[in-house]
Amino acid sequence: MIAQALVLSAILFMIGTAGVLIRRNAIIMFLCIELQLNAVNLAFVAFSRLHGIEGQLFVFFVMTVAAAEAAVGWAIIISIFRHYETVNVDNFKLLRW
Amino acid sequence: MYASLAALLGQGGAPAAEGAAHFEPFFPGMIILLPLLGFVLNGLLAIRHGMASAVAVRAGAELDLDEGGRPATHTLPSLIGPGVMLLAFILTLVNFIRMLGAHLEEPVVISYWTWMSTGTFAVDAAIQLDQLSMIMMMVVTGVGFLIHVFSVGYMKEDAGYPRYFAYLNLFVFFMLTLVMGASYPLMFVGWEGVGLCSYLLIGFWFADREKSDAGKKAFIVNRIGDVGFLVAMFLLYKTFGTLDFVPLFHDAETLVYGGGLVTAITLFFFLGAAGKSAQMPLYVWLPDAMAGPTPVSALIHAATMVTAGVYLVARSSVYFALSPVASATVAGVGVLTALFAATIALKQNDIKKVLAYSTISQLGYMFVGVGVGAYAAGVFHLMTHAFFKALLFMGAGAVIHSMHKAYHTTHNHEDAQDMRNMGGLKKHMPITWITMWVATLAIAGIWPFAGFFSKDEIIWQIGAFGGAANAPYPALYTVYWIIALAAAMLTAFYMTRMMVMTFHGTNRTGEEEVKNLHEAPVVMWVPLAILAVLSLVGGWINVPPAIRESFLGLGPLTSEWLHHWLEPITAQAMHIQEANLGELSHSAPFGGGEVMWAIISTVLAMTVVFASVRFVGGQKVVPAKDSPEPAGFSKVLLNKYYVDEFYDRFIVQPIIRMSRFCWRVIDAGIIDGIVNGVGWTARGTGFVASMLQTGTVNTYAFILTVGVLVILGVSIF
Repeated sequence: MIAQALVLSAILFMIGTAGVLIRRNAIIMFLCIELQLNAVNLAFVAFSRLHGIEGQLFVFFVMTVAAAEAAVGWAIIISIFRHYETVNVDNFKLLRW
Repeated sequence: MYASLAALLGQGGAPAAEGAAHFEPFFPGMIILLPLLGFVLNGLLAIRHGMASAVAVRAGAELDLDEGGRPATHTLPSLIGPGVMLLAFILTLVNFIRMLGAHLEEPVVISYWTWMSTGTFAVDAAIQLDQLSMIMMMVVTGVGFLIHVFSVGYMKEDAGYPRYFAYLNLFVFFMLTLVMGASYPLMFVGWEGVGLCSYLLIGFWFADREKSDAGKKAFIVNRIGDVGFLVAMFLLYKTFGTLDFVPLFHDAETLVYGGGLVTAITLFFFLGAAGKSAQMPLYVWLPDAMAGPTPVSALIHAATMVTAGVYLVARSSVYFALSPVASATVAGVGVLTALFAATIALKQNDIKKVLAYSTISQLGYMFVGVGVGAYAAGVFHLMTHAFFKALLFMGAGAVIHSMHKAYHTTHNHEDAQDMRNMGGLKKHMPITWITMWVATLAIAGIWPFAGFFSKDEIIWQIGAFGGAANAPYPALYTVYWIIALAAAMLTAFYMTRMMVMTFHGTNRTGEEEVKNLHEAPVVMWVPLAILAVLSLVGGWINVPPAIRESFLGLGPLTSEWLHHWLEPITAQAMHIQEANLGELSHSAPFGGGEVMWAIISTVLAMTVVFASVRFVGGQKVVPAKDSPEPAGFSKVLLNKYYVDEFYDRFIVQPIIRMSRFCWRVIDAGIIDGIVNGVGWTARGTGFVASMLQTGTVNTYAFILTVGVLVILGVSIF
């Protein structure tokens, strides 16, 4: 049972990672990060069946942090969009040498 | 603070020894402070004078001259400069008379405050009054005062008049620190201070490149000797844990007689002394030091500063007595310098150069004296030499002053110091002529002048020391004795040559110029006259008993006073010498007693003087501008054996080449290369690394992922 859950978690994480690396749309990248976080959550829950309740506790922390991150992240994306009228990260190269 | 101030102004702190109960020092601190006060006041005047001149020059005027044609800031320095010296001399005299009355066995040390204290090392700002420092103080303040007075006349028309007196007073301050300090570090302070003033005064006319270079040369050559002084101090401190004179000399005899340590200490001290007192091989700075004003040459480079080395050896007499090797070195260097400098003096044409080499030669005699254990005789010659050499320099100053004025009036650019341009001056400057002859006879060692007694005693002591029962190197001292006698004859010759060329024969100055030659003003000739009297009678305070008993010593008129006076200082050294060498000889190396040799040397010296008068008087001297180039050995002598060239070729140039190598290759190449290389590397690395910063989020994410994978890979496998 745990093996299947971990395999699913790994697949979700790989999809999320690939999305962050490949896609250029800031919103999609953001969603992919959320996907990575939830893949980790799945792994936590799976492990908590073997090792006790701490894994599930961590999931709540991750969800809280993800919510906070979402709030800040969306705010940034929205203000960038207002400025550039695009969310394609290839256009944002200000922080360069 | 109040206590130390009160001590400074009042009667001083508690005397260190019980033997001093009868001797009450009288304002001893003021003797040092007065010249310092003079320096401060004259220095302020000099600054004011400098600013006033600058303003005047900017406004287009020549100088701020008052109605007398003299710069307005002249009156005060003329009063302050010699004034503080007179007061200091009077105070010294009072202390001297008090000390005469007291039978001082132990030196009086007056400590004012702790100068520095680190760990176990502490030095007090303390002065030491004893028989030796008192003699030195008398010479420094007495002769110093006369030279200050002379300077008033000599430097009258100089634009830097207040600055001159400021430096001169500062010099006396440091010289008094040197002779009155109660420890080697304080002595070193004075030692360096007089070196500084010497530099400042040699380069007094610093606008002339040659003169400021001469000042630098003096300073640098002195520094070579100072290293020796420092190393000797370090060795002493390592051995005894203190540098104060009284405990040092008290414990001195714990050192092994003739041991390596005491020999090293004394030889290093002698290196310092050789630098300051212009002995071989460090004498080269003194002839160049003649670039300074002539009274400076009289004060610093004849009477006082250059004798500091002799004072150092006499002060450390205990250590030198403990080391026969060092003593033989001191005497050997002294006697060689005496001969070497005397031969150079034979052919010099510059009147001051003759006197400079003569000074080096006479300093050699002093070192012979202290090198053969005759510390009193060395100090005695120091004192008489201060009289007659200061007189000779000031007389030369008067001559140069007159010559300069004569050439100045007719706008002639001949050399006012070249004796070939002089001749027949006795008609124009009779007082200078007579007084300088007194000094010449004194330095030539002719009875009854001062130099006879001091020089003769030194030569006699060489024989007596070499003939002692257990003398270390008897044959060596016989050689010393012969050289010393030969150098004395040369002295008589070159001094007479100088006198004849300057004052006798026909005048070579020029027909127009000769009308402007004049006798020195009263402010200049009175010091000459006083010193002439001292040169005449100054020797009679220390006549050896053997000579006193004969007609030469004039019996009860004279005494062996100085010898007895210095006994508390030299007793310890004499004791060591007697214990290790046995009784001194009572005859010269080739037989004969003291009186016999005294007569022989006087007769010889007089013969040389007369021969020289005939020989030089018979020579046809032509003015400098018509003189042919000398050839053969006289050319070698005129060029001072090419020692300066030798030093330049084998010491100065290699050092310059090495410095250039250090600068161009080591500093500019390697060190700067490393520093710049580090900088360039950092910049280059930064430039390459900054390429990674693309600003693209995906790149960062990619690098991050790769990094995580690498770390994971490393931690798993």
